[in-house]
Amino acid sequence: IAEKVDGFPRRSMRRARQRRSHSSSQFRYQSSQVELTPLPLLKDAPVAELHDLFCKKLQQCCVLFDFLDCVADLKGKEIKRAALNELVESVATSRGVLIEPLYPEAIKMISVNIFRTLPPSENPEFDPEEDEPALEASWPHLQLVYEFFLRFLESPDFQPSLAKRYVDQKFVLQLLELFDSEDPREREYLKTILHRVYGKLLGLRAYIRKQINNIFLRFIYETERFNGVAELLEILGSIINGFALPLKSEHKQFLVRVLIPLHTAKSLSIFHAQLAYCVVQFMEKDATVTEHIIRGLLRYWPKTCTQKEVMFLGEIEEILDVIEPSQFIRVQEPLFKQIAACISSPHFQVAERALYFWNNEYILSLIEENCQVILPLVFGTLYRVSKEHWNQTIISLIYNVLKTFMEMNSKLFDELTASYKVEKQKEVKKERERAELWRNLEDLQERRLQSLTEASRNQKNLQERENTTKSQSETSAANTT
Amino acid sequence: SCSCTVVSKQPLASKMAGADSDDSLYPIAVLIDELRNEDVQLRLNSIKKLSTIALALGVERTRTELLPFLTDTIYDEDEVLLALAEQLGNFTMLVGGPEYVHCLLPPLESLATVEETVVRDKAVESLRKISHEHSPVDLEVHFEPLVKRLASGDWFTSRTSACGLFSVCYPRVSSTVKAEIRQHFRTLCSDDTPMVRRAAASKLGEFAKVLELEYVKSDIISLFTALASDEQDSVRLLAVEAGVSIATLLPQEDLEALVMPTLRQAAEDKSWRVRYMVADKFSDLQKAVGPEITKNDLVPAFQNLLKDCEAEVRAAAANKVKEFCENLPEDSRETIIMTHILPCVKELVSDTNQHVKSALASVIMGLSTILGKDNTIEHLLPLFLAQLKDECPEVRLNIISNLDCVNEVIGIRQLSQSLLPAIVELAEDAKWRVRLAIIEYMPLLAGQLGVEFFDEKLNSLCMAWLVDHVYAIREAATCNLMKLVEKFGAEWAQNTIVPKVLGMANDPNYLHRMTTLFCINALSEVCGQEITTKHMLPVVFKMSNDQVANVRFNVAKSLQKIGPVLDSNCLQTEVKPVLEKLASDQDMDVKYFAQEAISVLSLA
Repeated sequence: IAEKVDGFPRRSMRRARQRRSHSSSQFRYQSSQVELTPLPLLKDAPVAELHDLFCKKLQQCCVLFDFLDCVADLKGKEIKRAALNELVESVATSRGVLIEPLYPEAIKMISVNIFRTLPPSENPEFDPEEDEPALEASWPHLQLVYEFFLRFLESPDFQPSLAKRYVDQKFVLQLLELFDSEDPREREYLKTILHRVYGKLLGLRAYIRKQINNIFLRFIYETERFNGVAELLEILGSIINGFALPLKSEHKQFLVRVLIPLHTAKSLSIFHAQLAYCVVQFMEKDATVTEHIIRGLLRYWPKTCTQKEVMFLGEIEEILDVIEPSQFIRVQEPLFKQIAACISSPHFQVAERALYFWNNEYILSLIEENCQVILPLVFGTLYRVSKEHWNQTIISLIYNVLKTFMEMNSKLFDELTASYKVEKQKEVKKERERAELWRNLEDLQERRLQSLTEASRNQKNLQERENTTKSQSETSAANTT
Repeated sequence: SCSCTVVSKQPLASKMAGADSDDSLYPIAVLIDELRNEDVQLRLNSIKKLSTIALALGVERTRTELLPFLTDTIYDEDEVLLALAEQLGNFTMLVGGPEYVHCLLPPLESLATVEETVVRDKAVESLRKISHEHSPVDLEVHFEPLVKRLASGDWFTSRTSACGLFSVCYPRVSSTVKAEIRQHFRTLCSDDTPMVRRAAASKLGEFAKVLELEYVKSDIISLFTALASDEQDSVRLLAVEAGVSIATLLPQEDLEALVMPTLRQAAEDKSWRVRYMVADKFSDLQKAVGPEITKNDLVPAFQNLLKDCEAEVRAAAANKVKEFCENLPEDSRETIIMTHILPCVKELVSDTNQHVKSALASVIMGLSTILGKDNTIEHLLPLFLAQLKDECPEVRLNIISNLDCVNEVIGIRQLSQSLLPAIVELAEDAKWRVRLAIIEYMPLLAGQLGVEFFDEKLNSLCMAWLVDHVYAIREAATCNLMKLVEKFGAEWAQNTIVPKVLGMANDPNYLHRMTTLFCINALSEVCGQEITTKHMLPVVFKMSNDQVANVRFNVAKSLQKIGPVLDSNCLQTEVKPVLEKLASDQDMDVKYFAQEAISVLSLA
């Protein structure tokens, strides 16, 4: 059948989706490869030698292997894997292992293994929603190192006062940079680890928040690329939960200047759930930030991306679910103007999402309390869209909303219905007046520019005439001498 | 407003002030209402016509009423703010000329602190623009204090904006103020937030250019060194470009001590982004440091970049191979290339990454002019041949698209044996964009390979493209035929391609029949009147009876197209009746195009 349409056979050109790719930046700067020899097992070591052996194993695990070449040095890889397993096991189960001299060795082993410049993305247009992420090739070792780090932090023997000498600002900064990893398994570990570090090392808290700020600001205003936004937001969600009241201005600033602008990102859908959670957390902490939040969202309201518009509406509903009535009054006007605009969207999902607000009982109660303000804001739109929308579902939803309003305040409803035509005509008149104003302004501009050109021409003529008389008088003067 | 510049300030100002009298028509409130309209689009439109409003108000009220309003209400959609920032850069005459230009600073200052980068950048651009319109006194009294305020702002946005303003005011202020400016710049280079350090690093080169040499040596070098070893690679990589600018400013004898250690370190940075930047700027760097340092330092550095572990870096370096070799000092050019560069290039030919190979393929042919005939045949030819057989079509295409360089040095015959299979394979590639790309090189190839080779080996490919199942290929193939005829002449056309093209008129597939018409459109002019009238026109006439309407209206379009090639007798006696018949066709489109042809050819 297809051939009849255009006369040519169609050949399917679509290829299967690219297979999962692996990348690694682990094995880079090692000049000479050390040969590993297996050490005795930790569980067999006499107590006196345990710490020494633990330390040797940590040092052994500082050797890095090339995982892109999957057959290179298999023996060495296996020795390291076994050693890491033992270290994880030991730190997780036995007490008294973590003594002071082991801290620098452990942190060194972790740093050497996990800190690296992440490789360039193999797919420059990597779309986290569509494409398969590139997985870290050295994961068999890396996972165990992360596991060790996590157990280390969670161990009952762990002493923050000792760790803070090694887990310092520079360490944390490098840890945060790793959140850009394309490998979701790595980001998952990092999330838990950073959360523990935040929880245990109090001195680093402000620094961590500040650096996360910087990462977000760079993401929003400079690169629009960072793979770990969702994970960082998840951590922040629980951090916000623990903020003391009243909120410090630093935290409010974070909300207004970082979290709200994050809504502008192209890739919002990837972290919207976590972001909305953070925003609602802030509101529940302190209701006075409500107005900032809603006005911020209205300012960044998507203009062309309907998918994002639906997300924004979802977030607004989450916010309205917990809004205080006194705060609602402060934002109802701009908010319902936007909601009216959404209802008249030709994209039915947007209109539908907005109309669903009337199914929410709490929101409905807020609307009812403020019917005098809200109904006039949305009436015109509802009336018009109920007559024009292409989608039957939307029309019936609008009828329900109109019915609800009629029941809420039939007097106001009737007044608005009666004045609808007059209002429309007023608008048309106003529009005509605007056009007239601008026409006049442009005429005026034309006249002004003309008179300016004329003035400049006169000026020039005048000068020229002066010049000629001058030169004439000069010549005559020259003649007389 | 450009006419204003001819007029001296005084009469202009009085002229504008005098015209203010009829402005009672437009109270400022009405105009401001327009700027405050609830609808963003209307607000945006009004802001874009801000100059109209300003002109209606006159210079005085623009200064005293409009600008304060704009400064106070700077909370709006970024799109509106962007338009405002741009407008204000062209507002000097509207506020009364250079002596009042400083009135524009307050709104622009606010705009330079907003969050959105695009708005901020535009505000900075406008500020830079109007800075030149300030007198030296105004620059010190109004402009420089603004820069200082921005530089010590609380939020990173204002400090970032400040970075772009130092270099425009520095040259025209007193030495005391100069010292202050240097101090502010220094502070921003070690700012707490990486965003500001990035902004400072990206303006470091520009700032260095306006500084006195002694301060370049004392101030800039230490800032450069610090930024180039910043904890964040996004800062370090920006220092690379600054390094290049700084190197051009310093005398040769200072380069080794002041710049090279840092640049060497950048070329071996642990972040591939920094190394990438070095590779990307390599030619500029080479020019900036001169031949001696190039020989001693850059050659080994370049070798390392070509062998880098990250493909991204290798590709950036591979892109620079030709330029680097070209700019080597003449006395040692050949030796360096043969002993140091070529071995690396050889390895890149079989790189694992296709972007690296394709970057190399886009420049490698250029080496033949540098190395001459013998070296090319002995050393480069095997590489070209290997790349012509590469699995990645892009690599092959890049080689083929640069054949002219080799043609000049050794002649294309050396390559033709390997060329043919490569071309054939590309011609049949499954991706239509690859096919399209090779078609575009056909006229060039035909010219270089000669008519015999073409007839024997390539002609059939060119004809096959005419029946490709992708329209873009058929269209390109049609255009290709025209270019070939331009090269080989009408006689060749008549013997080799015209019969084949006309043969397709009888094809059962209407798209093939239409291709005949498209080819005739393209070929009639280059083939000339005789061939067109004798051979093509009868076929076109015959197709006017086609059962498919699309073919018929294309007949009308073709007749309109080839009409100018025909003589008037033929037009009147032969073309006109056919068009008239089509003009009474039952299909609406056929009628339309037939009537259009009749009127264009003036046959009515």
